[in-house]
Amino acid sequence: MRVIINGKETRCEAPLNLYDVIEQQGYVEMLIAVARNGEFVPKTQYKLTDLIDGDQIEIVAPQQGG
Amino acid sequence: MSEDRLKIGEVELRSRLFLGTAGYPSPDALGRAIEVSDPGLITVSLRRENAGGSGQRFWDILKDFDIPVLPNTAGCFSVKEAVTTAEMAREVFGTNWIKLEVIGDDYTLQPDPFGLLEAAEELIARGFEVFPYMTDDLILGERLSVAGCHILMPWGAPIGSGRGLNNPYALKFLRERFVQKTLVVDAGIGAPSHAAAAMEMGYDAVLLNTAVSKAVDPAAMAGAFAKAITAGREGYLAGLIEAQEKATASTPLLDKPFWHQ
Repeated sequence: MRVIINGKETRCEAPLNLYDVIEQQGYVEMLIAVARNGEFVPKTQYKLTDLIDGDQIEIVAPQQGG
Repeated sequence: MSEDRLKIGEVELRSRLFLGTAGYPSPDALGRAIEVSDPGLITVSLRRENAGGSGQRFWDILKDFDIPVLPNTAGCFSVKEAVTTAEMAREVFGTNWIKLEVIGDDYTLQPDPFGLLEAAEELIARGFEVFPYMTDDLILGERLSVAGCHILMPWGAPIGSGRGLNNPYALKFLRERFVQKTLVVDAGIGAPSHAAAAMEMGYDAVLLNTAVSKAVDPAAMAGAFAKAITAGREGYLAGLIEAQEKATASTPLLDKPFWHQ
């Protein structure tokens, strides 16, 4: 299964939910927020959000800003 | 002047300098600038995390200062991007404050007034306190107010330009029209005198970043801005004289030596 994470194509084993991807990619302990296909997904919904082939995931963290 | 603290909702800010955290030569330089200037709030953003933990390290620098943070939606050109970014910021930073940027032109980084209003309406409906980065357009200010914005943040000049207050007439007019509204000049500030001028007009705060982060000595410049903002505020409260076309002698002429009529 193919998932696009922060613009980069990543191969993952299906079936897959959002929490699985976050865990596999090493983000679990990090201060992050996530959007799937342009829609915000709250932390409480990660395990309830099943992914499909081609889903676009944005994972963001605090950065400097003006 | 502890009684002159600016409040945003129930939060009392410790100063009227809103300081950006971007573009400093080092994390230490950012930390020193914050220490010296003691800003009322600091602005932050969200960017893609590469699983290296850079976001957490950045946040660790800031959180010890115990200063309220204002996340932004910098770089968003659409309402959808801005709304999703705001939602992500609320979860990461634990605040419903959002500096709403919906950019309409990538050369001037001028806000898109139509997208800004639409995004503001949506975010207010979702429970956000929206700080809209806007042009100095009166009607836009009125529409944003009707939408529920308690704060308006007109630009002084394009972001990072350092030009100062491009249109003092429009900025003064906004201040006169929105008497009760919290008004913040955001962007384009280059020198402490620009910030002082905004405060002398009666603006409630000034938001700036590049003028400090790109200064030769960011910490010293941050301190200079803090003093200028305080001076401008105190000057405003003290009541400025009206400018006149002709001279008026300050020293009384009566009984001056060699006086003759």
